[in-house]
Amino acid sequence: MSVSEMFITLQGVLTADQDIREEIRKVVQTLEQTAREILTVLQGVHQGSGFQDIPKKCQKAREHFATVRTQLASLKVKFPVDQYYRFHEHWRFVLQRLVFLAAFVVYLETENLVTREAVTEILGIEAERERGFHLDIEDYLSGVLTLASELSRLAVNSVTAGDYSRPLRISAFINELDSGFRLLNLKNDSLRKRYDGLKYDVKKIEEVVYDLSIRGLNKEATTGAGGEK
Amino acid sequence: MSGKEGTGGFRKRKHDNFPHGNRREENDNCNSSSAVILSFKSFQLELDTKHDKYERLVKLSRDITIESKRTIFFLHRITSAPNGEEILMESETKLDFVRQKIKQVAQELMGEDMYQFHRAISPGLQEYVEAVSFQYFIKTRSLISIEEINKQLIFAEDNKEEETKVLSSDSHNKQPHIWSLKVTPVDYLLGVADLTGELMRMCINSVGNGDIDTPFELSQFLRQIYDGFSYIGNTGPYEVSKKLYTLKQSLAKVENACYTLKVRGSEIPKHMLADVFSTKTEIIDQEDGLS
Repeated sequence: MSVSEMFITLQGVLTADQDIREEIRKVVQTLEQTAREILTVLQGVHQGSGFQDIPKKCQKAREHFATVRTQLASLKVKFPVDQYYRFHEHWRFVLQRLVFLAAFVVYLETENLVTREAVTEILGIEAERERGFHLDIEDYLSGVLTLASELSRLAVNSVTAGDYSRPLRISAFINELDSGFRLLNLKNDSLRKRYDGLKYDVKKIEEVVYDLSIRGLNKEATTGAGGEK
Repeated sequence: MSGKEGTGGFRKRKHDNFPHGNRREENDNCNSSSAVILSFKSFQLELDTKHDKYERLVKLSRDITIESKRTIFFLHRITSAPNGEEILMESETKLDFVRQKIKQVAQELMGEDMYQFHRAISPGLQEYVEAVSFQYFIKTRSLISIEEINKQLIFAEDNKEEETKVLSSDSHNKQPHIWSLKVTPVDYLLGVADLTGELMRMCINSVGNGDIDTPFELSQFLRQIYDGFSYIGNTGPYEVSKKLYTLKQSLAKVENACYTLKVRGSEIPKHMLADVFSTKTEIIDQEDGLS
């Protein structure tokens, strides 16, 4: 094969590659749009009036996740199954965001940390790499870290709205998350950078709990929460 | 329950020397078996496994790079040595050694998505492409194709000790395995772009040795490669277009060398050519420094 023939073949390969990327980008854009819509729905909980109809908002968000599932299903067929990591960068960001949104919904509903398997179920993807389009563990953890900062904000706003028990529950939750993340040996990458922000979320919530404690506002809340559970 | 746990964790962080040590431990114990902690323990395991594999691959890639570089240096001696065949043969054994390393990479990547660890091994593979294509050029005066390279990177099992070490026991015992590693088109292109730098050096060296034919062959070959890269242009990734600039410089050097040979070659006795040429290259080097 002559040199020029070789380069023509290679050029063909590169063009095909670019076409795939273009297709992926299109789907990812629609995914980002849906993710923004879900976020808008869920942002309502920060409003003072929003605390009453949390279940309704979660319900609405879950309906949007159906759209996400179809969009992810169409993303799956845009590239060969075994080349997930080749194009990973394209959907990494939006997938982390979707994990956060799913985790937020699950937290609002059950006050538990969503498991990785549950997220994959909500998003309609696979849990393990061997079986197709899956959720990378680092993306899952990044999404969870976003949840932590969202919850520290929620703690502040729930006090403003007069809900004094929620910050205590959030505090317990975030502390558990924190000790979970302490178990990990993170490399010096983006996940590690995000993790370094977790301590500020922890601190913020502790301050809220402290403010409530010295004013005696947590007493009734604690008993209230204890009774609730 | 959650409220109680919360205050426990709260105390733990804020006052580490707080006297209620016992209660804190209790809380920790109940923490450490909670679902969240358990799942994070499995995450720890998964992440550590992944990072370890990545580190092993980085190390292998560095070994491959070093060995390939040595092979290239070794091959450069061919311009001055009378025993070309010997050098080629020895370079082949060196490359076989490199391929053994690549085999280990292939074994590490068995069942994995190659692109997940691509960043770890890409530099080594590029260097290998450079070395193997350089050797191929010296042998056949043509460009090795990516298929040819990949063909050499298919490894069957043989009964050496080292593999049993590398392999996990169970998969090893069943049947003969075949590992293969595919060089990606981009790695190939980047390797070939590096090759042109080596060819430029080879051209200058051969002039120094009074070899007048090789530079012309080289300039023609380089021009073909340059045309190829221009054809790809910016459809390729960013790194490829970055190399295009260096490639242009190498080509200019070789073309200037040929020009000098043509113009002065007829005037100057052969044994003095080297001197003329060495001053000429100095001038080119200075120009490069400016641009």
